[in-house]
Amino acid sequence: MRPTEPTHTDIRIRAGVDIGGTFTDVALAGPHGLTTCKVLTDYAGPERAILDGLRQAADQAGVALSDVAQVIHGTTLVTNALIQRRGARVAFVTTQGFRDVIEMRSENRFEQYDLNLVLPEPLVPREDRLTVPERVGPGGEVLLPLDEDALGDVVARIAAGGYDAVAVGLMHAYANDAHERRVAAALRTALPRVPLSLSSVVSPQMRELPRFNTTVANAYVQPMVAAYLGRLVDDLRGAGMAGPVFMLHSGGGLMSVEDAAAQPVRLLESGPAGGAIFAARYARAHGIDRALSFDMGGTTAKICLVEDGAPKTASTFEVARTYRFKKGSGMTVSTPVVEMVEIGAGGGSIASIDAMGRIQVGPRSAGSEPGPACYGRGGTDPTVTDANLLLGRLDADGFAGGTMPLDQGAAARAVDAHLTRTGLDPRDAAFGVTEMVDENMANAARVHAVENGRDVERFTMVAFGGGAPLHSCRLAEKLGLDAVLVPPGAGVGSAIGFLTAPFSFDATRGLFQRMDAFDADAVNDALADMEAEASGFVAAGADGASTTTALTAHMRYAGQGWEIPVSLPHRRLTPDDAARIEAAFADAYRALFGRTIDGLACEVTNWSLLVSTPLPEIVPADRFATGDPVAAGARRPFYDAALRRMVDAAAVPRSALTPGTALDGPAVVVEDETTTIVTSAFRVVGQGDGCLLLLRKEDAP
Amino acid sequence: MTGTIDLQIMWNRLIAVVEEQATTLIRTAFSTSVREAGDLSAGLFDARARMIAQAVTGTPGHVNAMAESVGHFARAIPPAETYPGDVFLTNDPWLGTGHLHDITVVTPVFRRDRLIGYFACTAHVVDVGGRGFGPDASEVYEEGLLIPITKFAERGRVSRDLVRLIRANVRTPDQTVGDIHSLAACNEAGDRRLQAMLDEFGLDDLQALSDHIVEASRNATRAAIAAVPDGTYRNHMRVDGFEAPVDMHVRLDVTGDRLDCDFAGTSGPSRFGVNCPEVYTRAYACYGLKVAIAPDVPNNAGSLEPFAITAPEGCILAARRPAPVSVRHVMGHLVPDVVLGALHGALPGTVPAEGAAALWNIQISARAADPDADLPSAEVLMFNSGGTGARPGLDGLSATAFPSGVSTMSVEATEHTGPIVVWRKDLREGSGGRGRQRGGLGQVIEIEPRAGYEMWFNAMFDRVAHPARGRDGGEPGAGGRVELADGTPLHPKGRQKVPEGARLRLSLPGGGGLGDPAERDPEVAARDVAAGYVRGSDRDGTGR
Repeated sequence: MRPTEPTHTDIRIRAGVDIGGTFTDVALAGPHGLTTCKVLTDYAGPERAILDGLRQAADQAGVALSDVAQVIHGTTLVTNALIQRRGARVAFVTTQGFRDVIEMRSENRFEQYDLNLVLPEPLVPREDRLTVPERVGPGGEVLLPLDEDALGDVVARIAAGGYDAVAVGLMHAYANDAHERRVAAALRTALPRVPLSLSSVVSPQMRELPRFNTTVANAYVQPMVAAYLGRLVDDLRGAGMAGPVFMLHSGGGLMSVEDAAAQPVRLLESGPAGGAIFAARYARAHGIDRALSFDMGGTTAKICLVEDGAPKTASTFEVARTYRFKKGSGMTVSTPVVEMVEIGAGGGSIASIDAMGRIQVGPRSAGSEPGPACYGRGGTDPTVTDANLLLGRLDADGFAGGTMPLDQGAAARAVDAHLTRTGLDPRDAAFGVTEMVDENMANAARVHAVENGRDVERFTMVAFGGGAPLHSCRLAEKLGLDAVLVPPGAGVGSAIGFLTAPFSFDATRGLFQRMDAFDADAVNDALADMEAEASGFVAAGADGASTTTALTAHMRYAGQGWEIPVSLPHRRLTPDDAARIEAAFADAYRALFGRTIDGLACEVTNWSLLVSTPLPEIVPADRFATGDPVAAGARRPFYDAALRRMVDAAAVPRSALTPGTALDGPAVVVEDETTTIVTSAFRVVGQGDGCLLLLRKEDAP
Repeated sequence: MTGTIDLQIMWNRLIAVVEEQATTLIRTAFSTSVREAGDLSAGLFDARARMIAQAVTGTPGHVNAMAESVGHFARAIPPAETYPGDVFLTNDPWLGTGHLHDITVVTPVFRRDRLIGYFACTAHVVDVGGRGFGPDASEVYEEGLLIPITKFAERGRVSRDLVRLIRANVRTPDQTVGDIHSLAACNEAGDRRLQAMLDEFGLDDLQALSDHIVEASRNATRAAIAAVPDGTYRNHMRVDGFEAPVDMHVRLDVTGDRLDCDFAGTSGPSRFGVNCPEVYTRAYACYGLKVAIAPDVPNNAGSLEPFAITAPEGCILAARRPAPVSVRHVMGHLVPDVVLGALHGALPGTVPAEGAAALWNIQISARAADPDADLPSAEVLMFNSGGTGARPGLDGLSATAFPSGVSTMSVEATEHTGPIVVWRKDLREGSGGRGRQRGGLGQVIEIEPRAGYEMWFNAMFDRVAHPARGRDGGEPGAGGRVELADGTPLHPKGRQKVPEGARLRLSLPGGGGLGDPAERDPEVAARDVAAGYVRGSDRDGTGR
């Protein structure tokens, strides 16, 4: 890959390592520029693949492993452990009367029209959920003192049970953690070596289900993650890399490997968060205030809003969906996270015809084995990749740099066998497949923007991942976007993204406050604790660098159930601030919903305080909105969705689009990792930093 | 031809449009049942008032009733009197969705000054005046303010008189009127997105698209019905009712691709508010039929049409005005079990055993025990579910809503809204009916007023005296129980007091089992015992 400017301003060599389901990606940045490589993920020993990848990348860069001063790591292993239920044997201690919170969930069915619905199994089976008589009220007051005798019995049962980890979640522990701490002390005395997860530490927010889920998930993955991170650090040391190892957490910042081992639930979405940071890095370099990060791979597409260089974050999310990526079929956890919509739309997504004669695409995927029919590995179902091949958007002989010829006949047979029974001709069927998948992605992006009170039309897309550049123009057409940026290194985006992440920690606290009874002292005390907690985490990596602190209150009108985030200035609050907080809420509410409601008090449920180091400086890219035409020798027809016909397109290698050169669509830009389809409505312009900028032509509709 | 592809894409897009419509409503509504429980529906209708798309968040009773409702609007306010910027509404139980608490808002869609369709949405609002949400009224007039089909706004101007009238008649004017605005805003959001789609595809109306959707859905539903063996299938189910047990009778006639469903023989009306307007009965009967016969066909006018459902006028499932109907969901939620039981004769191995079915909603008014004490009162609403019936090959779902699609609320959040303590909310051991497949477990809930308070609650609970029956040799689930924690029995229906210091205990029903219990996989049976899902001695799990 073409070297670009160093990703960090100092001269040390830093490594970004991303473990995904199929590949482990490594990006090495230093004075030599940027080198990247991909190796297969090793499930038995993920650290082996990392070492392997680091060695290859170091060889390529011509540096020694011992020159690597810092390793930054993100992984989907934690998420996979939850999805595949490969975690520890956990005991869960909870308040008497609430043994089944994690099993009863929200008591609803996430799919109304399936009589044979199967709900996800709780991570801790019922026999391992033990209760103690005790009760704290919503204001933190003790309604029933902790029953010490019962606690003794519970501790004895856990000791006898040989558990790998223990989670503790008591009612309203976010408001008063005394009982949880007492339970923890008793457990530590009896079982000094068994790791403990307390809900008041892992996720001190109101609402028992997500708090308990988060605590239990933390305990469930902790032994595995701690052991793995221990091995990784040892192996890196053994290979001569003595520098610190940092982990990318779900919120898009870095934390020390030791902190990550204690709160592994914060690593759940670390891989995908890296992708959003990658998009954010290029958005900043190009001065794009509002970017729509679009990452499309083999199985899913992920969409994230990036504003002013920062990916949008949320305080809860749903992990390990078990049913067609359907909302509600996973587990809601409350931990800060880069907010992403993920839908079952990728190159391997399988198309079919339903009872109404409609083409449906995904979420079932052919994966990498057998893969799309055109891979020639025994797949017979038509996939998005097969459709792209039949529509000329992929080149049968140029796929993966020509190392993997695609079988056009197999793709045609798959489409013919499964999609033409309603009388569609094969090309229309193939068009229907790509159009439907583009439509699904566009709808997801639009709804996500609406949920955040944004107009998607005002965003610029940043497209990466193997499939995104194939679909990005059509998606932009559907969403009414005028520009798409396709960065280089898109195949290893997350690993590169890790290198530009700040150190950060988001401390959260459930502290209920009605603005007509605002208790500034109570809030100040809580905020001081939160700041100390967050700064402690950040100090490990900040290395004395300055930090910034941002305060967010999650607010609603009294009586509503949905809180909205409201940014507040971070300083000591006084009783007079109630009115200012109310005004800030009214502004935020109006921005989201277009109106406010008179006569109702508002209230805060949860507070969050983000401490972070500043974003590393980025060299602004040399931007070109137009350029000298590139001479294109080769021609390649493809099907232009907006025009509903084949168009004769120019085909060029990506390397031909040097900074300040341009090519009018229809055009195809080819590289080993992916293909960028420039539709007739767009023009592609080479940028100073190796990006491709796709701009809607002035005369295009 | 690509025309077909375009129609498919637009159909797909309409689903996204109505989802956005529903999302807008959930996020801005005040009503607990909307915001926490998803008790709402949203949909798009064509110029002939045929529903062509529906948000999947809706509950079946709402959605299928709303599907009929828009026709009433279109007749009451003819196109000649319909203008851009108009917003209509009603909460008439017989023209809307079955009780006064549901407000249905309909917004006409105009394109190039021509009426091309309607957006509609329905939500359960906090208060509509009258006696409040409960079964104790003897006529609908006592149950609150009834707003006939009316213009809430005309040409963009909200009717100030109507707003004043509503405000003067309800206990929570800000929230109720706020919810109406939310409903109107949700239709507006849908309209914006629909117009953008019509621009993109260069269309002036919905005609071709709605014909395509309705026809394709109708054909797919008819094909699914045709796969059901012809014949007449009957079922009878007796449930608690209010003052006397209620017999529900149903007869299904399947002839080719046509299915007639009739409730002749069903008991007469109750003196209390558990009566269902026929529209609500039809909604749930249709859900029961569709979920078993044609679950994959999207819900719209085309897929609802092939099910012809009737109930004799005046019976409890087709209440006449002015019968009280406030808690019509208690009977309505039981309707799918009757229908599914009949369908079992036609499609053995498809339908589940009976389940708890009706939600156990608890509406609590916490009041100072000493009227002179300066303690604010509070209203608290909780949604809770018992167990569903065992399914062929699968156990029933424990503490899960069926047929309703709503969610429960967080206990911690509930305790922030009012002076009560929920001491217990966990699975009710041993309450699932035994069988080759076990019924889902109910749950046990214990609630106490905080110090200085007493609480009144409106009981509207069924399956106490008549538990969910098993199927094919499976045993019944445990019946429900309503009592104080000291064992003092309470009535399962009606308004009652829980004094300071006492605890209300609700034991929710379990689902019925399916198949001979002796055939249960011994390994699974052992797991049931280890987890405490079944208990040898204490069958109802309330610890007595």
